Amino acid sequence: MNLSDTVVVGIGNPYRRDDGIGPALADAVEALGLPGVRTATLPATTSDLLHTWAGASLAIVVDAVRCEPSSPGRIHRVHPGATGSTELSATPASTHELSLEQAARLGELLGLEPARLVVFAVEAADLGHGEGFSPAVEAALPALLRAVAEELGQPA
Amino acid sequence: MSATDGRHLRVEALARIEGEGALDVVVRDGVVESASLQIYEPPRFFEALLRGRQHTEAPDITARICGICPVAYQTSAWLAVEDACGVTPDARIAALRRLLYCGEWISSHALHIYLLHAPDFLGYDDVLGLAADHRSKVERGLRIKKAGNAVLERVGGRAVHPVNPRLGGFHRAPTRGELAPLAEQLRRALDDALATVWWVATFDFPELELPHELLALHRPDVYAIEAGSLLSSGGLAFTARDFSEHVVEHQVPHSTALQATLDGQRYLTGPLARYTISSGLLSETARQAAADAGLGATCRNPFRSIVVRAVELVYVVEEALRLIAEYERPDPPAAEVPPVAGVGHGVSEAPRGLLYHRYEIDADGRILSAVIVPPTSQNQAAIEADLAEVVSAHLDLDDAALTSLCERTIRNYDPCISCSTHFLRLSMDRR
Repeated sequence: MNLSDTVVVGIGNPYRRDDGIGPALADAVEALGLPGVRTATLPATTSDLLHTWAGASLAIVVDAVRCEPSSPGRIHRVHPGATGSTELSATPASTHELSLEQAARLGELLGLEPARLVVFAVEAADLGHGEGFSPAVEAALPALLRAVAEELGQPA
Repeated sequence: MSATDGRHLRVEALARIEGEGALDVVVRDGVVESASLQIYEPPRFFEALLRGRQHTEAPDITARICGICPVAYQTSAWLAVEDACGVTPDARIAALRRLLYCGEWISSHALHIYLLHAPDFLGYDDVLGLAADHRSKVERGLRIKKAGNAVLERVGGRAVHPVNPRLGGFHRAPTRGELAPLAEQLRRALDDALATVWWVATFDFPELELPHELLALHRPDVYAIEAGSLLSSGGLAFTARDFSEHVVEHQVPHSTALQATLDGQRYLTGPLARYTISSGLLSETARQAAADAGLGATCRNPFRSIVVRAVELVYVVEEALRLIAEYERPDPPAAEVPPVAGVGHGVSEAPRGLLYHRYEIDADGRILSAVIVPPTSQNQAAIEADLAEVVSAHLDLDDAALTSLCERTIRNYDPCISCSTHFLRLSMDRR
């Protein structure tokens, strides 16, 4: 596939334990040095997402998520185009500026959306203050990187 | 249902506030007994995290407290550490820092006006409704925000948590040629900012005049942002070093956050305070825009804070253009800041209000203690008082309308609750 306009966005705060999984994944993708693949990190699903992913053929967003019941470290792959917005609306970890669903809908309203959006949501165990991941999320990082690389057509 | 029928209203989410928090309002026999804003404070955690770290790390670490105003945290941090070490970077570095801060104000004010606050005045639940009916307006807001982000990226290295600033200045100072392209984007943003003032001036504003003391940074030469001393609406004047002499934090039972008082009194920081204290120092363009929008020399109506923010937006866009036009590249880009054992204080004007840092460091540069007082904690008591007044005056409204009015009241202050809390939920108890 053409990777010339692909972006991987990691969302989260590295000082909130497992919330840092998104930025860590973005850093790991950046380290792969894939040609044509941009990476970005954002502290939350802010409106800056719109200009980050606008016009991309593929945008991959990685964020931490809290689920009930919880299975820490479990990776959810959400494709809004295929599953509708209901599943996507479950992915934001907290009430920041916009939910991911709102950001996607606002992008569509304003013509600032990617051609395809895929979300990887990682179930968090610990969103408290501090650096470093819980064991379950730490263990999930290699599988998450493989999944994202495969999505990019670049098996790691 | 009347307010005295013993009803209990609970709202699980208060959207469009940065971060999260909770609000409880208790009404007894038609009288508001209490309005409590419950917030939980990451700055307390960061104060602990900073102990034992090097003085050079304070700006980078505290920038992570808030994704919306990292430059404010960086600025107050380097002011405090440089104060402790007795270093004052030269005027060229100070000007570049002011330009960086202007970028953050542009981005933050555009965000609040268009995405968070304007939907309240036009009857929309959120920005999606506004965008569906007024696409060009939201596009204008995002265009302004993008111009602010461009300044942050060019000067700070990136828009979120800028990496180029450091203690003493910058890792690398941009050349004049690198800053020049920003001017074109900012000239368009100036037109957009003026249009923003005219747009928000047409909104309907509930009548409300705040009685609180107002406190802001002040400078004799320019509208204070990245430096200055403190001045209150009552004429109280002091420097950052005396901040803790006048501003005292105390615990309240309903919140893990501390609340602050100014010489024992409730007070307010932020746009209304800045404008009321320093409106005469705005640029001629911004003053004219304010006059056109019906603002006088002072403003104490929190609902009109959206107009004040728009006027400030005009000012900081124009100020950024001035700073770029007059830019002289600092060489070296940073002053050395060797550690000196002692205590330092720094205060700057975050978009939401005063942000104070205090550090004690040892001779090796190790941070022994840190105190961070964010604007939302300072404003918390005033917000609660205003909520109580708003609810008292509108007890005839049904639950949904009253809840909406409470949300609007809170959003007037643009609370950066991610500076102070992690969950926002509104519950009203009417008995």
